[in-house]
Amino acid sequence: MAVLEFEKYVYEIENKIEELRKISAESGMDLSNEIETFEKQKEEYKKELYDNLEPLQKLQIARHSERPNFLDYINLMTTDFMEMHGDREGSDDRAIIGGIARLDGRPVMIIGTMKGKTTKENLEYNFGMPQPQGYRKALRLFEHANRFALPIITLIDTPGAFPGIKAEETGQGIAIAVNLKEMAKLEVPIIAVITGEGCSGGALGLAVANKVLMLEHAYYTVISPEGCASILWRDASKAAQAAEALKITANDLLKFDIIDGVVKEPIGGAHYDPQMTANNLKQMLLSSLDEMANMSAQELKDDRYSKFRRMGVFNE
Amino acid sequence: MNLKDWFQNRKEEQMAARPSEVVAIDDDIAKLWQKCYNCDTQLLKKELEHNLMVCPHCDYHFRVNARTRISQLVDEGTFQELNSNITAGDPLEFVDTESYKERLRKANEKNDMNEAVVTGLGEIDGEKVALAVMDFDYMGGSMGSAVGEKVTRIIEKALELKLPVIAVTASGGARMQESALSLMQMAKTSCAVAKMNEAKLLYITVLTEPTFGGVTASFGTLGDIIIAEQGARIGFAGRRVIEQTIRQKLPSDFQTAEYLLKYGQIDNISKRSELKATLSNILKIHKRKGQ
Repeated sequence: MAVLEFEKYVYEIENKIEELRKISAESGMDLSNEIETFEKQKEEYKKELYDNLEPLQKLQIARHSERPNFLDYINLMTTDFMEMHGDREGSDDRAIIGGIARLDGRPVMIIGTMKGKTTKENLEYNFGMPQPQGYRKALRLFEHANRFALPIITLIDTPGAFPGIKAEETGQGIAIAVNLKEMAKLEVPIIAVITGEGCSGGALGLAVANKVLMLEHAYYTVISPEGCASILWRDASKAAQAAEALKITANDLLKFDIIDGVVKEPIGGAHYDPQMTANNLKQMLLSSLDEMANMSAQELKDDRYSKFRRMGVFNE
Repeated sequence: MNLKDWFQNRKEEQMAARPSEVVAIDDDIAKLWQKCYNCDTQLLKKELEHNLMVCPHCDYHFRVNARTRISQLVDEGTFQELNSNITAGDPLEFVDTESYKERLRKANEKNDMNEAVVTGLGEIDGEKVALAVMDFDYMGGSMGSAVGEKVTRIIEKALELKLPVIAVTASGGARMQESALSLMQMAKTSCAVAKMNEAKLLYITVLTEPTFGGVTASFGTLGDIIIAEQGARIGFAGRRVIEQTIRQKLPSDFQTAEYLLKYGQIDNISKRSELKATLSNILKIHKRKGQ
């Protein structure tokens, strides 16, 4: 497991405990009291640490290379998944994956951005940065779900839509804009979950949903703290201040009614126990689906419209 | 000696003479002129304004602010501004090297505006329309909650009155100081455009120099018809971000209106002098019987 800078002390204590165990085993001394004390200290320290993370530390957890990705969640919480490839216009963007599946037996359409864990995988998935063709594939699947009354679940973990020549030539902005507009028209329940990075329009392009959830250590923002720091502070090293100022954490966004719920992560983050994370997520998805089960097509649309209609703080 | 040289010489002579009142007069004279950013010609401001802020020598289109744009497009005396009382809050109490409140105060002082968009109702060649016109001079035309709200309200007004909407964009993107709240304006405005689609009402967007980021990725490019003004640069990601990401040199005409036209991303390009006629034509052709 890759250890983050701010977690180092936890590992130091763990090493100490390990040492004590070794000594105890070799010498036959009873050190169980000491070990227990250290264990207790470690757990207390961890709770204190992870409950009070700075935004920039959360950012590191959200970006952790071993954080569960889209296909992990598919494996850990769905059955009968069948991927539906391609935009039918010549591309199959791997940064967005989607298909039909069952969640606790219920048929759903599930779509998400995909990140790799190794360099090879990341090259395949383009580090989770979709091209316009990815958004168009997603739209094709949204419309399919709409025709066959499948609730839509989107799982979002992206540093943003890809900034590239071909992306601009084939309409990155338009592809996202069209998704925002067309998602407003869908007549099925939509739940969007920010599972890791929810960066800018690239994330929003899959997130015009009735319910928007966020994992505890995920972040959601208009621009990456590094990008913001380099523009407003003219200094990318001011990312910590930018992360603070941008109010990117799940708790902040809950306060501004931008999200509807927070999915609890195991102590230390989702990568410490992907199965527990997936179980927590699944429970929240199921209860959200239950809440919307009796809503008509029109009610679902109205609910989604009024949700986004209310967003924003201004003077009048 | 052409006028420009004469002006230059005269300025140099007077600077040499240096009595302070002469310098003052000279400054007043300088205020009458504007150098073309493209061909360097000294242009008389009055003449430039008369020419819709387009250089008569090289056709360079200067950026125009929202009020000037409205006066160029809307029939005289028909514009009725709406929701001008909606202004930015500071929900995040955002401070970078300067506070958001201070930036807003300065923008209000510098511009004849209190936000980066002017919305209202007006007529173009006698056709009633709802308008949202952005202003790049106001905090880079950035879209925060107030801009999103005003754009959404003018669309809702058009839905109520069954009018077409024209959005003229000029924006660097979402307003960072409102973070996720400004991101959500992209969704809010796009959902409003969805209602225009469902009501089968015409929505035209005019993309002007420059239109980027959150506005490109929301109501800016959702027009049933998308017109770009000649010379405008339009894109999702900024040039510098793309260069840093892909470490390649970009084509010189990258993200220009002409480039986007070539790649099928916009319907047409209009010179400023023809923009009103272009819009009038579109409005008249799409007019339904009995409207």
